[in-house]
This record gives sequence, structure tokens and C-alpha cells, in this order.
Amino acid sequence: MKKILVVAEHRKGEIRPVTFEMLNLSSSIPGETTCVILGKDIGGMAEEISKKADRVIMVQHDSLENFNSELYWVALEEIIKEENPDIIALGHTAMGMELAPFISERIDAPLATDIVKIEEVNGKIHVHKYVFSNKILAELELRDSDTYVITIRQGEFKEEIDDKNGEIEERSFTPPGSISKRFIEYVEPEEVGVDISKADIIVSVGRGIEDEGNIELAEELAEALNGVVAGSRPVIDSGWLPKERQVGISGKTVKPKLYLALGISGAFQHIVGMKDSELIIAINRDPEAPIFQVAHYGVVGDIFDVVPELIERLKKG
Amino acid sequence: MNIIVCVKETPLAESEVIISKDEKSVDRDALTLGINEWDKYALEEAIRIKEEHGGSVTVIYAGQSEDVLWESLAMGADEAVRIDTETSFDGRSTARVLADVIKNRDHDLILTGLMSSDTGNAQVGVLIASILGIPYATIVTDVRVENGKVVVERELEGGTGERLELEMPCLLTIQSGINEPRYVSIMGIKRAKRKEIEVLSADKLDEYASLVRLYRPPVSLAEMIEGSPSDVAEKLVEIFKERGLI
Repeated sequence: MKKILVVAEHRKGEIRPVTFEMLNLSSSIPGETTCVILGKDIGGMAEEISKKADRVIMVQHDSLENFNSELYWVALEEIIKEENPDIIALGHTAMGMELAPFISERIDAPLATDIVKIEEVNGKIHVHKYVFSNKILAELELRDSDTYVITIRQGEFKEEIDDKNGEIEERSFTPPGSISKRFIEYVEPEEVGVDISKADIIVSVGRGIEDEGNIELAEELAEALNGVVAGSRPVIDSGWLPKERQVGISGKTVKPKLYLALGISGAFQHIVGMKDSELIIAINRDPEAPIFQVAHYGVVGDIFDVVPELIERLKKG
Repeated sequence: MNIIVCVKETPLAESEVIISKDEKSVDRDALTLGINEWDKYALEEAIRIKEEHGGSVTVIYAGQSEDVLWESLAMGADEAVRIDTETSFDGRSTARVLADVIKNRDHDLILTGLMSSDTGNAQVGVLIASILGIPYATIVTDVRVENGKVVVERELEGGTGERLELEMPCLLTIQSGINEPRYVSIMGIKRAKRKEIEVLSADKLDEYASLVRLYRPPVSLAEMIEGSPSDVAEKLVEIFKERGLI
């Protein structure tokens, strides 16, 4: 039995779903889960987590209200020392990316990030993760260690475990005298134009649209389908569509009746935001594009050949 | 303001990835290589900060090719350093090699890309900061240097961000889209080649993670539509009709 220490993720009073996915790890690696939750006024969340964890360690302090890797480490260092876990798990998220490498360096533990699978092979820990722009996978063997630090890809560890109703223990926390990183405030997106998460039909464009001038083509198609235009990260990064049109982890999650992906390669950050669409059709020149892993229909071809034909046919009715 | 930027050479997203017979590497000849996308944004940000506040930009790269360094110099970096070593999927050994060089150089600010497209780790930046013992922030989408401090915006999930203040020196891992990296011409790269690249050696380090094999994901379940663009369009319209979408 391995001891798995899960660092709970929550923001603005809500547990983030990746927390429960980490607690599902005990179905991949037989083990006992201890979930650490740090924050302010977190009793309710600790209760909820305790249903799925063998134990919950709760640390409450005003200074822990918003995530700060420096303060989190001060609280976690003591707990890690006492618990001596085999695996420390975080999400491959804005929080986990900020904290996991730091922990691994401080305790000199092997680190594996963005993993989609973990297993024990002949007494060694093996992890699997996507590499080369999500096109292929790598299986890595971690060197022998008392403790391993991992971050898991969201949406991959879905195999649910039975209810556990673990005990909740509370620990005290004394913040350090000075810190070198301070949380100032949250920055909320401006909501102005179209809310793509409410659309039934989305024509979504990616890097393959090549140029700002070609967005018009997508707009024409969206109009013919009575839908809206959205985009993946490279299109938003280039400023060709406003941020509110971004589909993915850092943008919006959408579940339309039709998601038509034009020239979108399908980074996981994008796929998380659209994989539950009722019908996904992807057109891409690259037959290896990961978007074809989630699409219902795929076309390997040039959007500039197919889309004009499609618009013409739709206009004819 | 002395700024250090770590860059890496990675395949462009559109590159064809062919796994070698022994499943331990990919065919390099099939790849189109360039500066890792996130690193390019980091370098552009460093050059902009230098243009506003003065100082210098030093680019550091661990690997065998010098192309990314010529391109970095052409973009506006002042100095380029190549550490003559091979990097792997193990972010730790890469970070140690880089930190070892950085610690002996003046630095107020270190910028790295959020991640590299080949390993997809998002480890090296934070590891360097942890080794050097300096504050850091990841997934940075805005940087302002004010009164000896750095105020950054970090990207969180769902369109939300957060603003943080850090003491200097510090390290930031830069998210794509933070700026618009400047265009570099072939002539610009030619001119850059008049500059010198400093080459340093590094000891081979023990790895914390070693590659067992590379493999392809399960075959896609998508039904592929083939034919001329007109055939494809016809089939798509049929599907739309069947589903009552039009």
C-alpha cells in the first residue's frame, strides 16, 4: 500500500474537480489517500473531500485564503515530513505547475508532470504522458526514491472510487515573517460580445486559418449554419479573435450540438474545453493532429478547399 | 536590468513525428525545428523590458544546435551562451545545468517559456528558481517592472487571472500570447552571425526520469470522410441534415 498525499485545489470557495480525480489515483496505485486542504473557511470543502479520502488534513489561516506557492510550501513542508508519503499529487493546473516542481526540488524527489497514467512495474514507478505537441506518448521510469511528485492531466483519472468518509484532522499554521511573492487580486475577464458557451453551433478556428483575413471565411460558414465563430489559443494569441471567443482551459468550456474544428491541432488545453460537444467534426491538413482523437468525423484536407464548397452548398439549401 | 532568457530548440507543432524502431527517439530529419514557441514570447518580453528599462538580454541554451541562438541574437538579444550538452525528458537535469550557469551571471530577471512543446513538462523554469532560491511565477501573461519589484498577471483556469507582486531577482515562466514576437529576416540572422556565441561545457548528470519507450496514442475513433472537397462538403451537409442542424 502506497501513501498518496493529494494537495486539494480550490478557488473562491469551490473545490476544483481535479482534486477528486487525484483521489481516484488509488485505483491506479493501490494506496491510502491523505488529502491536504489549505485555506480560509474551508470546513465545508474539507467535509466534502473527506467522502472520497482516507484522511483529510485541514490547515486554516487568513493568509492562506488565496493560493500562494510560498505560503503553501511553509504549510506543506511540515506535513510532508510527518507523513513521509510515497506519492505527492497535484493537478497539472495553474496551481500544480506553480507548486509541484518547487516541492520536488526541496525534497529532492523525482518529478513527473502532466501524466495520464501511473503504474508500478517491477517495483519501479512508471508514468505515461503526451509529448511532441500531444502527438505521441512517452513512458518514463522514475528513479528509486522514498517520495515521488506528480501532476496529473485533468479529465484523465475518471475511474471513481468508493466512498471513504475519512477523518478530518486540523493542523495549525504560522505564516513566515516575510514573503517575496504577494497575491494582489483576481483579474476577471471582461464580458462583452457573444457568449460562445450558449451557442448550439460553433465554427472554431485554429492555427490552420493562417491569417487574420481568413477569419472572414469562418464567419461566412458560421452565418450559413446559424452559429458563432470561436477559436483555439494560437488564434486568440495572435489577436485575430477576442479572448472571450477562446475555447479551452484558459477560455470557455463549450458543449454545442455541433463543433466544427477548422485547422485546430487539438492541444489538450483545447480539447478539455470542447470534448463533450454532441457532434465534433474536424478538418485538418495534418493526419496526426490530436483533434482526430476526439472528433466523431474527420477530414484530412485543406480548409481553404473544403470550407468554400461547404458554404456554397449550405447557401443553395 | 540584466535579463536572462532560457531558450530551447523544439519541433514546430505541424512537424511530422516518426518514432524510431527502438522506440527511444523520433526521426529528427522529419522535424522542422525552431525556437520553442513559448520561449520566443519570453525572449520578446525580455527585449521589450530592456528597451524600456535599459540593461542587457542574455540568451542561454543547452543543446547541440546554434540556430536558435542566432535567431535570438537577430531578435535583439545582446549575448548568447550555449551549454554543450544533450537534454532529455528529465526536466531536473536540464534545470540543474542551466541554473549552474545562471548563478555565476548577473541577473535581475530570468524568463523562460511556460513549457516546451517536445517534453510538455512545464518544469524547468520553476526548478531553476527553486535551485537558485529566488521567487518566481508561472503562466505569466503580463509583466510590469515598478520600483524594484515586478508585478505580473498569471493565467488561471476559465478566463480568470491573478495579479502578483514579486521581489527581484525573480524568475517568470511566460505564456504564449503575452506579446507579438518580432519578425526576424534572413538578413537579420546573417548579421547576427557576426556576433559570438559563448560555449560552455557541462557534466552529464544522473537522471530522475528515464525514457522507457515512445508510442502512438490509440487509433482515432473518428470516421474519416474522404474524397474531393466537393464530395466532403456534400457528405458534411448530409450529416448536418441527419442531425437536424440545418
